[in-house]
Amino acid sequence: MSTLVLLTMTGLGLGALYFLIASGLSLIFGLMDVLNFAHGALLSIGAYGTWWAASGNLPGAGPGGAGFVLAVLFGTAVGTAAAVLLELTVVRPLYTRPREQVLATVGVGLAVPALLSGIWGSDARTFPGPEALSGTFSLLGAEVPVNRLVLIAAAVVVLIALRLFLGRTRHGLVVRAGVEDRAMVTALGIDVRKAFTLVFAIGGCAAALGGALGGLYFGSVDPRQGTSLLIFAFVVVVTGGMGSVTGAAVASVVIGLVQQFANYYTAAGLGDLAVVVLLAALLLVRPRGLTGRLA
Amino acid sequence: MSTVTGTPDRTSGTPAAPSDAPVRANTARLLRWWPAVVLVLLIVAPYSALPLPGLLDGPLGSPGSLQLLATCLLFGALATGYDLLLGRTGLLSFGHALYFAAGSYATNTIMLEAGLPFAVSAPVGVCFGIALALVLGSVSLRVTGIGFSMVTLAFAQAGSILVSRNPGGFTGGEEGRAAPAELLPSGLVGIEHTANLYWVALGYLVLTLAVVHWAVRSPTGRVWEGIKENERRVEVLGLKPYGFKLSAFVLAGALAALGGLVHLLLTGGSTPQTTTSDFTLSLLVMVVLGGSGTRWGPMVGGILYTWADHRLGDLAGSGAVADLPAVLRVPLSQPLFLLGVVFVAVVHLLPGGLARLPSRIRSVLRATSEGAPAQKEDRHS
Repeated sequence: MSTLVLLTMTGLGLGALYFLIASGLSLIFGLMDVLNFAHGALLSIGAYGTWWAASGNLPGAGPGGAGFVLAVLFGTAVGTAAAVLLELTVVRPLYTRPREQVLATVGVGLAVPALLSGIWGSDARTFPGPEALSGTFSLLGAEVPVNRLVLIAAAVVVLIALRLFLGRTRHGLVVRAGVEDRAMVTALGIDVRKAFTLVFAIGGCAAALGGALGGLYFGSVDPRQGTSLLIFAFVVVVTGGMGSVTGAAVASVVIGLVQQFANYYTAAGLGDLAVVVLLAALLLVRPRGLTGRLA
Repeated sequence: MSTVTGTPDRTSGTPAAPSDAPVRANTARLLRWWPAVVLVLLIVAPYSALPLPGLLDGPLGSPGSLQLLATCLLFGALATGYDLLLGRTGLLSFGHALYFAAGSYATNTIMLEAGLPFAVSAPVGVCFGIALALVLGSVSLRVTGIGFSMVTLAFAQAGSILVSRNPGGFTGGEEGRAAPAELLPSGLVGIEHTANLYWVALGYLVLTLAVVHWAVRSPTGRVWEGIKENERRVEVLGLKPYGFKLSAFVLAGALAALGGLVHLLLTGGSTPQTTTSDFTLSLLVMVVLGGSGTRWGPMVGGILYTWADHRLGDLAGSGAVADLPAVLRVPLSQPLFLLGVVFVAVVHLLPGGLARLPSRIRSVLRATSEGAPAQKEDRHS
């Protein structure tokens, strides 16, 4: 029973991490038809930003208490700024050439991890975290690490915030309408391109937060982390239906749990394999994803 | 073409002017043979001790230089084969590394586990790669657009995970597996035979160029072009795109598997780096850098990328870079960073890649030279 609880919580924690990456990826793809290969790089930027600040380089920030919160905020802010910069300088000039937009993000996705490993080395760096989050707590007889709970809480907060933003604000309405039919929104006289930067900022913010908290989950940061998580985020985006935030939430929970349980109860690595095969199978059976939006 | 547009320019009446046109026609005819000249130069390169400072570490014929050149030629060929999908048929596959690795790993495993000589295991390995491309291609092509990219990515990732998990000790996990030297042809093993390996890589490049050239000019190739331009219209013409796309996928897969074989010989083993999605992405970068959908572009892109990747790594270790301030040193020491930046710049500033560069320059020159005579005529009238 305790193994079951631990696996479930770990799977949910992993799912929360996937959701933080996939929600932005899904919105960006839904609105702009750009598969953002630089999204993993945004996550890495957030992770390194937080690590840099928490290691005592930023005055006021540190590995414990309020200092750590500041470090996470700093990392998230840097990631958001990087995402806005990416949209404005790399993606926007290629607005009329959708395939080149994808290619340009591929280039950024290659360059950023290389730059990070150039500055801080390609080896994993130990991630400093507050004492309170490195311990465990008892749940139904299992000792569950607290950082899982932090990730899950962050993902739930992001999900609620995104739902509120998309459902209750005018900008959210434009984004939702743009995902449904971009040409129609443009025809109504609304400049959808303003929403592009916004969506990139939201996506970058969520991914950078995922990177900052992912550092807690893995206990370390390394330049390749974002890229390897990106593949599973793709799985989540496709499974959840591209452009759907709720779909991404459901899919990330399913993927996280499947991966954890399969890795534990069958051979190690089979869970990762199961998930990518699931992606292929799902696309072949239902090319539109689970929630039925056009893939 | 050039003679027709070239002669009216020569209005200044020098005696040599009338004979100028045939000379230019002759040079144009000779210029058409430049690939043959380059090929001959490449064939005799191992016999030369020409030092190319900056371009290569040692003289041209030294084993180190030949190894680098062979790797460049191999990747030039691989990029050309990959462009069969990207530039000729319009299929964005993220799983091309799988078929490359399949050729390498299958051959190596057969040699290591069954003890069969290279001459037997190589065809079996290539056939395995082709069969894999046929099966996975027929499945992946059931979805179109970005869905196809995702399915190919998923299959390649599955292959990559399998290889790194080392099932049954067949793949050697993270370290990869060295090929058994005693089963390889003796002329292709050891540093003193690097020239032979170089010729093998050159042969593979020529074969790939010939196959791609022939394939895109065949009736099937014209349908590929049609699919790239507008798949729906091909359907309306009564042709089923699925079969044509599958043929392109399998042909590209076969060329990649063959490339895996060359890579196995060249590096003396199979490495898991060749299975990763990064490997496919680097092929994508090569093709776009050189010019997707052109005859020489992908090859040029592959050669330049591979060369830059190696040489920039050496440059980073040299004293010239180590003495620079950190702001310059750190980016310069990362070849992938520089290549990524160059790639983004090419996508932005040079759509069509390096292959478009000569025609771009020509059009700029023509615009400036046509501008001048036009003004002159205005003055006359």
